[in-house]
Formats: sequence, C-alpha cells, structure tokens
Amino acid sequence: MFNGFSTLKTQGMHFLTSSNWQAVVSDSGQIDPKASHFGIAAMLVGTMLVAVIAVVIGVPISVGAAIYLTFYAPEAIKKIMVSAIDLMAAFPSVLFGLWGFFVLEASGEYWAKLLSKYFSWIPFFKLPAPYVTRSPFIAGLVLAVMIIPIVTSISREIFSQTPLDRMQAAYALGGTRFAMLRAVAFPYARSGIVGGIMLGLGRAMGETVAVYTVLNIVYQVNWHILFSAGGNVASMILLKFGEASPYEIKALMAAGLVLFILTLIVNSLANLIVSRTGKSGR
Amino acid sequence: MSTIEKVPTPSPRKPWAATPIDRAKTAGILAAAIVVSVIVLALTPLSGKLAFAAVFFVAYLIIDFAVSFAKAGRAAAVDSVFRGLVTTAIAIAVMPIISILVTVWIRGHHGLHWTLFTMDMHSNSFTDPVGQGGLLHAIIGTFLLVIVAMIISVPIGILTALYLTEVRGRFTRPIEFLVQAMSGVPSIVAGLFIYAAILIPFTKTVNGIQGSLALAILMIPTVARTSQEVLKLIPEDLREAGVALGGTQWRSVALVVVPAARSGLITAMILGVARVAGETAPILLLTGGSGTKNFNVFSGSLGSLPNYVWQAFSAGTPESITRAWAGILVLLVIVVILFTAARILGNRKVGKK
Amino acid sequence: MAIESEENQGDEMETTAAKNSLSDITAARLQKQPGNSALGVGLEARGVHAWFGEKHALANVSLDFWPGTVTALIGPSGCGKSTFIRTLNRMHEFIPTAAMAGEVLLNGEDIYAPGVDVTKIRLKVGMVFQKPNPFPSMTIAENVLAGLKLAQLKVENKDDLLEECLERAGLWSEVKDRLNTHGGALSGGQQQRLCIARALAVRPQVLLMDEPCSALDPGSTLRIEETISQLSSSVTIVIVTHNMQQAARVSDYTAFFLSDGGPGQMIEVGSTNEIFSRPKDERTENYVTGRFG
Repeated sequence: MFNGFSTLKTQGMHFLTSSNWQAVVSDSGQIDPKASHFGIAAMLVGTMLVAVIAVVIGVPISVGAAIYLTFYAPEAIKKIMVSAIDLMAAFPSVLFGLWGFFVLEASGEYWAKLLSKYFSWIPFFKLPAPYVTRSPFIAGLVLAVMIIPIVTSISREIFSQTPLDRMQAAYALGGTRFAMLRAVAFPYARSGIVGGIMLGLGRAMGETVAVYTVLNIVYQVNWHILFSAGGNVASMILLKFGEASPYEIKALMAAGLVLFILTLIVNSLANLIVSRTGKSGR
Repeated sequence: MSTIEKVPTPSPRKPWAATPIDRAKTAGILAAAIVVSVIVLALTPLSGKLAFAAVFFVAYLIIDFAVSFAKAGRAAAVDSVFRGLVTTAIAIAVMPIISILVTVWIRGHHGLHWTLFTMDMHSNSFTDPVGQGGLLHAIIGTFLLVIVAMIISVPIGILTALYLTEVRGRFTRPIEFLVQAMSGVPSIVAGLFIYAAILIPFTKTVNGIQGSLALAILMIPTVARTSQEVLKLIPEDLREAGVALGGTQWRSVALVVVPAARSGLITAMILGVARVAGETAPILLLTGGSGTKNFNVFSGSLGSLPNYVWQAFSAGTPESITRAWAGILVLLVIVVILFTAARILGNRKVGKK
Repeated sequence: MAIESEENQGDEMETTAAKNSLSDITAARLQKQPGNSALGVGLEARGVHAWFGEKHALANVSLDFWPGTVTALIGPSGCGKSTFIRTLNRMHEFIPTAAMAGEVLLNGEDIYAPGVDVTKIRLKVGMVFQKPNPFPSMTIAENVLAGLKLAQLKVENKDDLLEECLERAGLWSEVKDRLNTHGGALSGGQQQRLCIARALAVRPQVLLMDEPCSALDPGSTLRIEETISQLSSSVTIVIVTHNMQQAARVSDYTAFFLSDGGPGQMIEVGSTNEIFSRPKDERTENYVTGRFG
C-alpha cells in the first residue's frame, strides 16, 4: 500500500550530514551549500521539552478525570461529560492554537510570573527577562489541553473494564472506594494507562500548528521554559517551508523523517502496551 | 408456616444515598475552606485569583481530611481526599472545553454575516472591515478536499478493516502494524510525504488533490480502526448463517456483514472526516490558499477553512483576527455537527459504548 | 457449646479426606444448638424488601441468624436469594437502580441507619462469592491480609493472623511453603479457600457465602463444606446454595425462597431436618422432593 515511504527516505539520506545532531546550534544558511549546515538538535530538544511539559501537566489531570468518570460520576452527568471530552478530541488544532494564543497568553503570563517568583531556584523556571508570552511553557500548556481528551478517553476505556468481581471482593472486605481502587483498579489498569500516556506523548511531539501559533520560534536550545523562545521540529518545518530553497527543503525533509521515526517508535510502543493489557487483563 | 400475610408494601428507600446532612457537611467544609483562603490571602503576600484557587484547594483537602478522620478514621479520610482530587481533575479537564467554546463564540460571532456564505475573498483582503468578503471559497475548498479524501480513504479503510477481521490472511500482522503506525503520524509528516512523493517529482505546484492525499493518509487509520471495532462486534452467527446459505466468504461478507455494520461504518467515516476537516499543516504545504472559488481539484490552489483562518490570523489586524475567529466558529460548528451525527448513528446501532 | 469437629490431618488425597468427613460433618451438626454464645446477638432481618428500579425483587423477608449456626438459603433460580444475602452486608446498594425497605439488625442495631459507617459493617459481615476472586497482583500472604490493608486495620502479629486464617480455611498445610508466591497457581478449590481465609482475616461475626461451591469440582466442594462446619463455631454462616444435598449436609437451619412471577419471598424456615423430612408448606415439599426447581 504505501511503498512511497522510500521517497521520503531517499530525500533524507542525501543528507546524513543533516542528521548531525552533534552540532548543537546552527542556522539555516543561505544558498551557499558549503557554508550552511543544518542541525536539528535545538528543535529536537524543543520537541521533547514541550512534549514533556504537556505530559507532566496533562496526564495527572487526564487520569484523574478518567477515574472520576468511571468510578465516581453520577449517571446523569456522566454521558454529557464523556461526550464533551470526546468532542474536544475532534477540535481542529488551529483552534487550540488560536485559543492558546489569546486566552492562555494572558493568564499564562500570570502563572509564569508566579512560578518564577517562587520556584526560580529550579533552573527550569528562571526568567532572565520579562518575556513570558510565547514561551515553551505556554506551548506545553496548550499541548496538555490537546492531549487531555485522548489520554482521558483511553484511560476511561481501560478503567471501565476492571473486573467487577474483584471490585466487589474489595468492597466486601470493608474497603473504601479509594482502598478498592488501590487494590484492584490501579494494578489492573497500570500498563494500559502507561500505553495511553505514551500515545498522548506521541501526539504532543508531533503537533505543528498549535505550537507554531503560540511559540516564538527561535532557533536555540532553551531550557528556561518560561522564557519565550524555542520550537519543536514540526513547527520549525512549517516555518521554514515558505521561504526554503530546494536545498533547504531536503534538510527539512530529513527533519520530517526524524520526527516521523520518533513518533513511530513512541506510538508503536504505546500500542504494544495497550494491546497487551487488553489481552491478559493483568 | 407460610408467609402469605397481606402486609402493605412499604415504599422503596435508598438509605445509602447522600442525605441532606451529608450535603450540609460538604457545604460546610467548602465554606470553611473559602474562609481560610480569604484569611491566608489577607495575611500573606500571595494575591490574585490563582493564589486563591491554590490556597482554597489545599485548604479544602486539609479540612476534609481532618473532618473525615475525626468521624471515621484514616481510611475514610484518605478516601474523602482522593474523591476531592479526582473531582478537581475532571473540573480542570472540562474547563478548557467551556473556555474554548465561549471564546470562539465571543470573538467570532461579530464576524458572522450572510456574506460569509455567499462571497469569497478574491476582491478583498483580510484586513478589510469584517462585512466584506466571505468564506464561500473556503467552505467549498474544505468540502472538496474532504470529499476527495473520503473517496480515497473510505474504501481503503473499510477494505483494510474487512481484511483484518474477516480474512485474516498472512498479511494481517504487517497491515495491523502499518495501520497503527499511520495513526500516529503527525500531520506535517503526512504533508511532507506527499510533498516528496508527488509535488516535487510531478506537479511542482500546489493543488487540491495533493492536499486530499495527505488528508487521506490521516483519515485511513481512523476509518480502518473504527471500522474494525464495529466489525468485531458483529456476532459470529451472522457470518456463519451467510456462509451456510451457500455463499462464498466474500459474498456473505458483502451481503450480510456489511449491511449489518452499515451504521457503524458510516460512523467510522464521519469520525475520519471530523478528524481531518480541521487539519492545517498539510494544506499549507500542499494546497496553498487562494481567495477565489476554485472547483477544480486538480489544478490551482484551493482555499480551505483552516487555511483561511491561518491567513487571517497571520495578517494580524483586529479585523482580520475577527475573521479568523469567525472562520473557526464555522469550522467548529461543522465539526460539532459531524461529531454529533456520528454519535447518534453509533448509538443507534450498538446501543452502548 | 460442644462441637465435635475432627481435625483434618492435611491429607493431600482429597477423596480419602472426603470420605472420612461426611460422617464428621453430620455428627457435628447434630450437636449444635442455637442460643446465647460468645458471638454476640447475631444478625436479624426484619421485613426486608428489595427493588431494582421498578422491579420488586424481594418481599418481606424476616429471618434470624443465630450465632454459631449455619443457615442455608435454598430455592430455584431467580427467587431473590442472592439479592437477599446482599442486603445483609450492604452490597445490594452498589447496583445503581437498587432500593430497599426494612431493617437488618446486627447486634441489635440497624445497619441501614443514617450515619452508619458502611465499611465497618462489612468488616463484621463478610462475604465469599460464587467465583473465587483472589487479587492477582498480590501474593498468597498479601491476599489473606488484604482486608487489613483495605480497611487500614492495625494488627500486632501479622504472621500469626496469617497462619490462623489459613488454618481455619483449611489451606495452611498446602500453601505454607509458598506464601510469597502469587495466587494464580492455585486450583479453584484452593483459591476459594484463600478467599475464605481472606474474609476471616478481618474477624467477621457473620460470613455470607453466595453459592461458594458451584464453580468447583466435588472434591473441593467437600473440602469447603468441612471448612464451613469447622468455622461455624466461631462465625455465623449464611450460605446460598442450589444444591439441596449440600444444604442438608452442611446447615443447621434452612430457609426456602420462592418467587411465583412476583417478588421473591421466604416461604418457610426451620431446622434442616424438618425442612427436608417434614416440611410444613406444600411448595417447600415440592421443591425438596425434586418435583420442580
């Protein structure tokens, strides 16, 4: 069916030098092929950084929400909430981008100032200059919101299959609901949830438009997530594409290939874990 | 000793349900937490909404724990706190949805007017005042892109699902893997792929069908997986009945299984469409965004809703931004309609999920 | 209260043990008498009704369970026995459409009274289910002590408790060397005895058993019936069973339930001897003589 992956590969392989991640920072040079060199290390770091922020913020919320929906929600509102969350999964990414830009920038600034005020002893949160908007932190927030529907939905599916007889046994022994969850639901769902988390991670890694809108894309490694600079591979590709020379395009192809392989690995692992849970149910 | 006494039947009760006393207790704890938060905020340098929310959250948990502990011991207290935590989680999860919907409406409805649906942008620019120009080209473009993508992806997706559930031949593992791999593909990579495979060698310019191809790549896994789920639910007896009546496997599949799964398959299709209707990145790469109505999928750039929004946003002026929000509003309405349709159809057939 | 209970020597051959103990069980049962004992006042159901939404599933059941006795609930399928037993430890309420009426008194106090801590009730009224359900993520030892962890109970000597419960459940000799392995390798009968040990660890006053042997082979069934006999000196037992011979073997008192299309009702209760040989109600007689059900 898809014999054409090879095309992308050919483009990429012309530039093994492009996959030179050891070169820490580079700018895409001008037309002179010899002077310019391309390295995506900065963007790779950016991809992982933003994705990790998204997961750290989004996953606890998603799993918590899934637990609520499966074990605590009253029947009346359960359906509405489930539909609402599933609907959010279908929202176009450009919507999240715009929303993030306008809504989160404003309040995100507030959060970020707070974080830097109280937590600047953690190097991540140092704010060298008052430029908080369009920072990886905000991008991470937007991505967190984007992955919440996916992770919640998968987690909910898994939790809802917790074996009823074991749940009843836990209650019959005098356990509270939380005690039951700890003894039965969590061990059962553990690996499946991990799979779901990885799927969310995969999605966060590949997100293009939302990040582009929200981040000020600067080609440098930026560990200070509150500072407005950074980018991820996907948004960089988008950015450069408009003005790229053919030479540069090949480099962008290589970048795309790298991104593809990364997300492929993460997603395959995730699917493996999720399907394993479904079968053994342990 | 028979118990046929005609005792009047008492009315059913639920003594375990939350009583007014329980509710009052919860209200009391909430109130106490509010009071504590106000005091804390007054006494410390913390200030602002976020600080209040954070302090309130912590105060609520602590007070809740203390009250439950005093009444019923540690296990009950932990249970109560956990309940508070997961309730907070769902509240936080739901907030963005509401915020998004509200924001889109507030910022976008100014841009709504009839000309949105009747005119295109060929004689206007994005920075013109909002009443001029329209979305027609974008709607047509999105419509065309999606239809072509559907034509490509739905047969492939459904056939793949059929292969995986009905035939289960030698290629099952690789195909399953392929489908899974495709479902995680970032949209821009799909765009790049078509770019490399088709645009560079062949067309060298933007047109609609490339965009559709990229969208198809994104749609196929969704359609295939959802269809697979639906087909798995068809009971085995139905298939056996088909074959027992003397049909070959393919005949029985076509005449028995597929009609039985029909509404589920339609759901799969609609979900696939909903997913790609809003995809931006591949379109930007492959289809460009013209301001004119263009019915020719094979040549020339096509406007599309996501592209329209993108261009409007990039223009940067208040008018153009309002346009962008209006465009998103329209797109969102379309997605919601599709999604609801898929839900209704899906529920009608299987009855659960 | 003099109970004759033969010690089981931990025979590996289930059939030999089974043959010996049939007579032991019968002998033990004949000696029992209701009445006061160190176990407390006991469990009483008064006018219990149960609904599932609109459907009236159980009507007006009043039944006393005397300490130190084994009571069997018999009757055809669907007549509300399992529903009734679940009202005794407040498991009925887990079904979203459930409703009830009436009282269930434990030591004189209604377990459905407002303000009652339900988890404490379930510590005193334990349950063993039809299908053995040990927790797969825990070892054998952890399974037995799971109830302590769930209810956050403190116990001084866990090992002693572990041994005591496994001993009472008749499983100690078979698993004492592999307490830290997972429960998956146990046979069905062993798993069920593990569940019994688990239920005993929280020291219940009453143990409810919902068809505990119906998923097991006859050898395991007999082992468990022995266990029930031995346990009854320290725990009041209520057992739902489809198997009339089992009821006859194991119980002191038997209650017959029946539903004639409407809600299930308790038709007759009496000592097992009487119910099986001289039932007072014609329907009871039809059931125990096998004319229906």
